[in-house]
Amino acid sequence: MDDAVNDKVLLSLDVNGSEHEVLVEPRRTLADVLRHDLELTGTHIACEHGVCGACTVLVDGAPVRSCLMFAAQAEGRGVRTVESLGRGDELSDLQRAFTEHHALQCGFCTPGFLMLAEGFLAARPDASRAEIREAVSSNLCRCTGYQTIVDAIEDCAARRRAAERTRSA
Amino acid sequence: MREPGFTADGTWVGASVKRKEDPRLLTGRARFVDDIHLPRMLHAQFVRSSVAAGEITSVDLSRVRDVPGVVAAFTAADLDLGDITAVLDRPRSEFVPTAMPVLARDRVRFVGEPIAIVLAEDAYAVEDGLEAAEVTYRAGTPVLSEEQALAPGAPLVHDEAADNVLLDVSMFATEGIDDIFADAPCVVSVRATTGRQNALPLETRGVVASWDARAGQLLVQTCTQVPHVVRTVLAGCLGRPENTVRVVVPDMGGGFGIKCVVGREEIAVAAASLRVGRPVKWIEDRKDALTASFLAREQRYQARAAFDEAGRILALDADVLCDMGAYSCYPFSAGIEPLMASAEMPGVYRVPAYRVRGRAITTNKAPTAPYRGVSRPQYVMVMERLFERAARELGLGPVEIRRRNLITTFPYTGVNGITYDPGSYLESLNLAERVLTEEGWYERQRELAGQGRFLGIGYSCFNERTGYGSDAFAKRRMAVVPGFDISEIRMDTSGTVVATTGTMSHGQSHETTMAQIVADRLGLDLDHVFIQQGDTDRVAYGWGTFASRSITIGGSAVGLAAGRLGDKLLHIGAHLLRTRPDNVELSGGRVRKCDDHTRSLSYVDIAEVAYLKAHLLPKDVDPGLTATASFDGIGDGTFSNASHGVVVELHAGTGQVEILRYACVEDCGVAINPQVVEGQARGGIAQGIAGALFEQVTYDEQGEPSAASFIDYKVPTACEIPDISIHHLETPSAFTGNGAKGVGEGGTIGAPAAVLNAVNDALRPTGVELDDTPITPERVLGALEVRWTTR
Amino acid sequence: MKPPPFGYHRARDVAGATALVAELGEDAKFLAGGQSLIPMMNFRLARPAHLVDIARLGELSFLRRDDDRLHVGALTTHHEVESAPDRSVRGFEVVREAMRWIGHLPIRTRGTAGGSLAHGDATAEWCLLAVLLDAEIVTASPRGSRVIPAGEAFLGFFTTLLEPDELIVEVVFPKPAPHAALTEFAERRGDFAIVAAAVDLDVAGGRVTGGRVVLGGVAPVPLRVPAAEALLGAGERADAELFAACGRAAAEAVDPPDGPGPGADYRRSLVRALVARACEEALAR
Repeated sequence: MDDAVNDKVLLSLDVNGSEHEVLVEPRRTLADVLRHDLELTGTHIACEHGVCGACTVLVDGAPVRSCLMFAAQAEGRGVRTVESLGRGDELSDLQRAFTEHHALQCGFCTPGFLMLAEGFLAARPDASRAEIREAVSSNLCRCTGYQTIVDAIEDCAARRRAAERTRSA
Repeated sequence: MREPGFTADGTWVGASVKRKEDPRLLTGRARFVDDIHLPRMLHAQFVRSSVAAGEITSVDLSRVRDVPGVVAAFTAADLDLGDITAVLDRPRSEFVPTAMPVLARDRVRFVGEPIAIVLAEDAYAVEDGLEAAEVTYRAGTPVLSEEQALAPGAPLVHDEAADNVLLDVSMFATEGIDDIFADAPCVVSVRATTGRQNALPLETRGVVASWDARAGQLLVQTCTQVPHVVRTVLAGCLGRPENTVRVVVPDMGGGFGIKCVVGREEIAVAAASLRVGRPVKWIEDRKDALTASFLAREQRYQARAAFDEAGRILALDADVLCDMGAYSCYPFSAGIEPLMASAEMPGVYRVPAYRVRGRAITTNKAPTAPYRGVSRPQYVMVMERLFERAARELGLGPVEIRRRNLITTFPYTGVNGITYDPGSYLESLNLAERVLTEEGWYERQRELAGQGRFLGIGYSCFNERTGYGSDAFAKRRMAVVPGFDISEIRMDTSGTVVATTGTMSHGQSHETTMAQIVADRLGLDLDHVFIQQGDTDRVAYGWGTFASRSITIGGSAVGLAAGRLGDKLLHIGAHLLRTRPDNVELSGGRVRKCDDHTRSLSYVDIAEVAYLKAHLLPKDVDPGLTATASFDGIGDGTFSNASHGVVVELHAGTGQVEILRYACVEDCGVAINPQVVEGQARGGIAQGIAGALFEQVTYDEQGEPSAASFIDYKVPTACEIPDISIHHLETPSAFTGNGAKGVGEGGTIGAPAAVLNAVNDALRPTGVELDDTPITPERVLGALEVRWTTR
Repeated sequence: MKPPPFGYHRARDVAGATALVAELGEDAKFLAGGQSLIPMMNFRLARPAHLVDIARLGELSFLRRDDDRLHVGALTTHHEVESAPDRSVRGFEVVREAMRWIGHLPIRTRGTAGGSLAHGDATAEWCLLAVLLDAEIVTASPRGSRVIPAGEAFLGFFTTLLEPDELIVEVVFPKPAPHAALTEFAERRGDFAIVAAAVDLDVAGGRVTGGRVVLGGVAPVPLRVPAAEALLGAGERADAELFAACGRAAAEAVDPPDGPGPGADYRRSLVRALVARACEEALAR
């Protein structure tokens, strides 16, 4: 791994629970490796300078901008993308909340918001609407005006809490 | 056929059904243009001009071709392509056509203009290649403002446009208008400028071009709102018969107008692909999308209005100047913004006398394209400011003066020659006012004023002309007239229906809403209806999606086609049920006898006859279950309307404008899917707020754009856009197949005026009024501090 | 917007990292969270020939109270600080609370304290905090370790005292600052501040007996404002009047840049408002 200069490097990446090996230039961002080398095109690219959040994925459970991370930096860490949500054709609770609340229109920013929300709610299951709104402000959406995205995440969090109460009761 | 109803049970139309588009978008299985990967595909980027104006003295790409991974690089001379030229059916005295070359040849007209295309094995190497390009210029003096463009002896952006004016029209000029102004007891004026904005779909532009040897076609997969228009221009620029070009649109990540014009990059990529014989992909990066794509909205209004003592408007006189940048966009031309403003400025008000001059100037800035609302956000803002100002002069309430002037009897033919179909202008304004009043915002305003805080309440009242037909565009004197839409519908042997539309959804949910229309017409479950769009080989011709035309025109065409298919099902069904044609009806996926519901045939039964047992068909019926219909806009189209009510607080100390409350009362006739309508309204309002308070592209004195990143181009986030309540009124349209009116642009149109009025209401104690957008915190604080220093 | 090519190297320890950067020469850079460096590389505004990835140096990721001092390891992320439990930041709440001003959550999960200090943005929260609280920036290089007083660390626009092969190891805040606060203003949530103000008040018996005021966005480096601090040292009652006067004094003392973007007068107005606000928040803490 050391002493590579401009040459391609062999990386071993854990993405959505599977090990992948890719031979890429070190400058290749995680976003590009996910999309074009692993053909997981659900992660989108819309600014490549870390502002819009369309490329948000989870790395060791935390939401990160995959355009601001070289794939080489992700070696040895667990990466999760939108393709890991839901099972087969069955949507996850968060995905269902997005469709029920019309939290997406063109859908281009949506995978980024889903992964942002997934990472955020895992750490902050009791977040208030104001806290959810602040987390949602991490990413840009040009279609919805954000309100229904906040609604969807708030609703999903409430349902998860209710399910948790039922489980522990 | 059942009557469509807003909330009626039993119909798809009027129900907020979950979108058919969502599952693939939510699971990462949608296919956007950058998700397409073809064998041997190359990646393209463009060498772009670093100067705003000048002659190209040399382009040296030899070092580019030596960069590892670079496969080819071409200049304009290498590709030899036809120009893109938008024309209007107007005399030279009114409109000057100008050519937009696909790649700049000898002259550049804005920073970011494409000069050469570079192709490489991957998206990284191609950018390495760009850095090796050497272009030299004889730089000229850029023209960057109205003053510079119109100054005597100004440098010319296009030699054909002798005074940098591309369009100059004077319209209406009601006889005696000068006398009305001279005699009026109250004359108010507004000078307003609006910032240059970027429509900013999250997905930038992009295209994949490849040769399909089996079809003998150039396949261009591109994210465009207007696939057939792109095909027509591609064929023209490449000098190929149109049948050898196929344009296919994958999933699209927004457009908002920026993708309803033909991009020169689309043509260059296709040409380069043919030249090298390999698929070529171009994905515009954000820097280029912000600086070198199409922008919009930079306008200057000088308007005045005369009123009588009772606050009734007597006359309107406006001079509208639009800075259209370096090129005229195809097909709409640089006339789009001034013509829209000139034709429609009187809006929802009874304006008895009107005169307007509309001009488009050309400057050395990135060119412009129609952006959601097209001039209406601006002229509505100016109109609403005129009424607010008159209200102050006459001592009337801002809502009351509007009430006295709104059109209340329909149809109404305005001074601008446009006939307005019924709407709820007064009702929507009254409801907006009632919402804010009942919530106590006026009391809150008085209370905070006592504490030295600045709360403001503002309204806007407007309509949105939708469903422009061929006649309406012909009246604008467009040379190509994008009015009608054609739909072809087919039922297969499983009883499933596929309907085509020439419109192109890029977030508007057409796969769902048009399916709702078809499902109702045929008594089908939504799961059995599919909408196909965005493939020039599947639809004879279509004009795509813009000007809120999709549901009004495309939806009507789809509904008509479904009706025709339904007629055929009834005809065959009656024959097979051995009853009179008028004794059968469609219900629940079956044809049944009206007088005996137990006697029926499923669509599968009928399809089996239509396809597999054609000998059983009536003698006058052809085999198969297909139908075609077209629809064109009727008269002057159909007008949706809305009123917005906004409460803001201005923060002393920072000048921040905080929106505390936003209420929207909208009337789009029959809402096919209320949740989708609300989504359009909220998203539109967010873009309107963006223009009112945040977004602007400026240029320095060399013509370098100020905003090349999202750091500088301030798209608002969830923390700046408030929750918005939507209240529905319903005045069905008589001019569309389902009573619906277009709803794509309204939110954007009404928001700047309402926000600006609220800010100015809050600024009342200072005596300062702000008429230019965006209203930045810096300008608000400047206004607030005027008060401090004069006290 | 793809970055230019570079050689990628992964360090195993601090000594190895600094030795490698020294060996690779001036065009080599340390790569921590990359949240400032990578955007610049994507715009091709930065083009290091080599990046030495220090992310695996787990020993640089910590947040530790030690007597009265708060130690923050260079690789500690903004988000880790933001999520720190009360006991580990008692007396240094200002550090934790300031993190919410840094970009957005997905930036804070990657960006690091050391990376931000090394980047040296005059509006960056870590830089302001370090200057405000007289922090010590501990570094390592092939020439050994040294301690840079924060007040001397920032030389100019994105320029620090750090040598190219010198790696920040930790930042040490030497004594608790129970009445300190940082506030900012930007047009949008998460933007770089137009102006940021940080204050640290010494409060006794309802009176302010001393204080430090640091501003971002008015000079090429985080700026201490002695004229404003003088007002805080006079033992006046801790009230809105004093804080407003402090804000005015700060506004009069600074000479902010005049565009592009927000003008000098506006920045000065923001200084006036934000210093007063920061004082109020510091007192309330």
